[in-house]
Amino acid sequence: MATGESTLSEAQEASSTHARVTNDFSINVATVNGSGSQSANSVLLKSIFGMGVPVSGKNLFPSNIAGQPTWFLIRASKDGYVARKHVSEILVALNPETAQADVQALPPGGVAIYEENFKLDQVRADVVFYPVPFDKLTASVCPEVKLRKLVKNMVYVGVVAQLLAIDLGIVESNLRRQFSKKQKVFDLNFGGAKAGFDYALANLTKRDPFFIEKINKTEGKIIIDGNAACGMGAVFAGVTVVAWYPITPSTSVIESTTDLLNKLRLTPEGKATFAVIQSEDELAAIGMVLGAGWAGARAMTSTSGPGMSLMAEFCGLGYYAEIPGVIINVQRAGPSTGMPTRTQQADLLSAAFLSHGDTRHPIMLPGSVKECFELTQAAFDLAERMQTPVFLLTDLDLGMNNWMSEPFDYPAKPLDRGKVLTAADLERLGGFARYRDVDGDAIGWRTLPGTRHPKASYFTRGSGHTDAAKYTENPVEYQAVMDRLVRKFENMRKLVPAPVVVKDGSSKIGFLAFGSTDCALTESLDQIKQRYAKDVDYLRIRAYPFAQAIHDFVASHERIYVVEQNRDAQLASLLKLDLPAAQVTKLRSILHYNGLPVDADFITAQFAHQEGL
Amino acid sequence: MATTAPAPKVNHIGLPILDYRGGKSTLCAGCGHNAISERIVDALYEMSVEPDRVMKMSGIGCSSKSPAYFLSRSHSFNGVHGRMPAITTGAVLANHTMTTIGVSGDGDTASIGMGQFVHLMRRNLPMIYIIEDNGVYGLTKGQFSATADLGSRLKTGVVNDLAAIDTCALAIQLGATFVGRSFSGDKKQLLSMLKAAIAHKGTVMLDVISPCVTFNDHEGSTKSYKFMQENDAPINEIGFVASFDEIAVDYDSGEIFEVQMHDGSNLRLRKLHENYDPTNKANAVRTLMEAHDNNEILTGVFYINTTKPTFIDLLNLVNEPLGTLPESLTRPPKSALDTLMAALK
Repeated sequence: MATGESTLSEAQEASSTHARVTNDFSINVATVNGSGSQSANSVLLKSIFGMGVPVSGKNLFPSNIAGQPTWFLIRASKDGYVARKHVSEILVALNPETAQADVQALPPGGVAIYEENFKLDQVRADVVFYPVPFDKLTASVCPEVKLRKLVKNMVYVGVVAQLLAIDLGIVESNLRRQFSKKQKVFDLNFGGAKAGFDYALANLTKRDPFFIEKINKTEGKIIIDGNAACGMGAVFAGVTVVAWYPITPSTSVIESTTDLLNKLRLTPEGKATFAVIQSEDELAAIGMVLGAGWAGARAMTSTSGPGMSLMAEFCGLGYYAEIPGVIINVQRAGPSTGMPTRTQQADLLSAAFLSHGDTRHPIMLPGSVKECFELTQAAFDLAERMQTPVFLLTDLDLGMNNWMSEPFDYPAKPLDRGKVLTAADLERLGGFARYRDVDGDAIGWRTLPGTRHPKASYFTRGSGHTDAAKYTENPVEYQAVMDRLVRKFENMRKLVPAPVVVKDGSSKIGFLAFGSTDCALTESLDQIKQRYAKDVDYLRIRAYPFAQAIHDFVASHERIYVVEQNRDAQLASLLKLDLPAAQVTKLRSILHYNGLPVDADFITAQFAHQEGL
Repeated sequence: MATTAPAPKVNHIGLPILDYRGGKSTLCAGCGHNAISERIVDALYEMSVEPDRVMKMSGIGCSSKSPAYFLSRSHSFNGVHGRMPAITTGAVLANHTMTTIGVSGDGDTASIGMGQFVHLMRRNLPMIYIIEDNGVYGLTKGQFSATADLGSRLKTGVVNDLAAIDTCALAIQLGATFVGRSFSGDKKQLLSMLKAAIAHKGTVMLDVISPCVTFNDHEGSTKSYKFMQENDAPINEIGFVASFDEIAVDYDSGEIFEVQMHDGSNLRLRKLHENYDPTNKANAVRTLMEAHDNNEILTGVFYINTTKPTFIDLLNLVNEPLGTLPESLTRPPKSALDTLMAALK
């Protein structure tokens, strides 16, 4: 795919002089969607991982079921960089429609492995071509015509493994794991991989510099996507009610949640300690979450931009009536339907203020799959502690792609179920006022329906209410509740996950970023150091409202670059609303919003340009 | 010598009716909704439901304000317009051990809330859904709703030229398991219907014609007191015998259709229409359609099914409320996470 201009990095210049390039390149597998290339891509990725080489995968797929071009980028990086690489050096061209353009996008010295009928070697002279008779090879190992489309993908895995010197035994063991219970399927797929491997061994002469070599940088690590990690987080947070409506790219959050709930949350009698309900739309999904949260459940929904827009009215109710709930938004490219299968971080502002009137919502901003797991749990605790809807924003890149990670840690603290009065408490207290700040923390005590006490009930409403939950249009009573809600929100600055100081040296310049931008930005820091001999500090934001440490970071630097994946500088805008006037002018923006995951070269180039380097 | 006041009358669980009352109504004097609130109080009192074990749910509109006027001892949730079904679904999933009463209006149900209404009916969630149906938007001062009858006239002279949505026919078709229509002014019928509704497990949908005295109680309205008194054609006469009542009724058994409710009590329908069988879905819908053709407003219990699984059955939920399950049941152990991590290496 023409993912950017074919610039030469220093490493690639080295490669064109035939120096060996080991464990540091990117492979672009160009296929047609619906061809079933996913398992093959995953096996190749995991085989590189199995060679001990840090690896990441990015699926650039269309919003379509079959027949449209798809690219899968696999990056091997001995240094552990997992962002999308600006340019891929190796192309596997299996889609006739895009093959020419895909070859053009290769850097000089790049490699094209392709179906021999495509005749791509005429396109340009400065890349290494490996024609492979994929269709013939596939036919030889797969008599059943219907399955050939699938097996062909495994043939490419075998060819790539042989050319890059990936151990075929590791490919085999990954295939075994993938098809653990289906011997026949394994045989068919491994047959394909073996045919590709053998063909390459017998017929292709290695003329490129790229190799995978066994190292030891993945031991103990796991590979998982962010959506699965969020689902796991929800299950280990003790979620009991899940209401949702299908939408790309968040659907797999619920699939993974449901799968785990069915495995881990049935009683010995086989009864469910959870309810998962596919609702009629996102309005209903968030309504169910709030109804469940009101009645004491740990409830969540998962959606993406258009779904979140539909949830606006209810989120205002949740804020004003003070009802816990967790809303995961796996962001995609907007506005409107936008590009459903492309990534962006463009729902930050709408999440922060979702709904009419003076409404504010706390937001969790995980920057890795591990944080998807941890912050999903933190979101449930915060929601119940603060009695309010809590958003967790990830994005398609983090959510749907495979990421290497340290294994997740079991939660150290028990669940925080917040301030709930029991019948015994009510007996002792003689009653309560639902929205009264009796503890000075701006949080009222609540009771759950079903509490057997004559003083337990209260009337929940989205209309003006007093601190005793009575209807009011009295200006003083109304404003008292609104002012307490602001105090409650302010208190959250200390309770939300603190920002991560990635680097805070003596630089006058600092970076601020959140979410999946992190992987490209940490790589960019190294590039800036290498290319311009400059140290730049970096603080990664993990939640809204902003912690004091974020204010301090801005205050202690002369210039701050806010790096984010949206057009309108949403994080910078939110910061500007929060920072003292004197600090606001320090903020500059580096914005990436074409739907592809941001890459380090882009950030480095933008930074250099703005700094006049 | 001290005199003792006579002990107040109490129900089977020892509570006086006072414990079932609510705040003072702010609706117009004579509003049909107030009469419905009174019947809800009577029904819960007579059925000896613990007020603490009731959830009152509503959307937005005059009808949706009414939960404030009954059962102050019950938790109540006045949500957003047309979305009571979703909130109620969530609340019932979190605690299915409660008696749940949702009060909606014709606008709240048949216009803005139609999407949620139909899906609620499909699920057979255990709850009582009451539409306080006056065919008009009261809080915004008198626009037609989607249940206004074809040809009915507003005070301003505007004539409704669209056919009404029959919420009962819809509910039957979609899967509700107890569907009836009554009239706020018919104390006896409404009370019997509500008592049977409390005994039913599954979605009860009651469309209660409730004239709006301010905007829709004039000549030309088909949801006025006068019109209802003249045109109400009961399909059956309802008697309800709670399981703790002595069985002593005055029906002629030859005309009785008896339904055994989940708690062992009996719903008795005295047939007014020949061959009316309330367990036959197709017949129920046909009867309603024929009534429309004859400009008749049928009241009574049109459909009842006591065997269809509820949504809680389908979800196979534990007996305890999900909302208050202890952490030991909701957070899997460390060994479970270790196994998951090992599989991802």
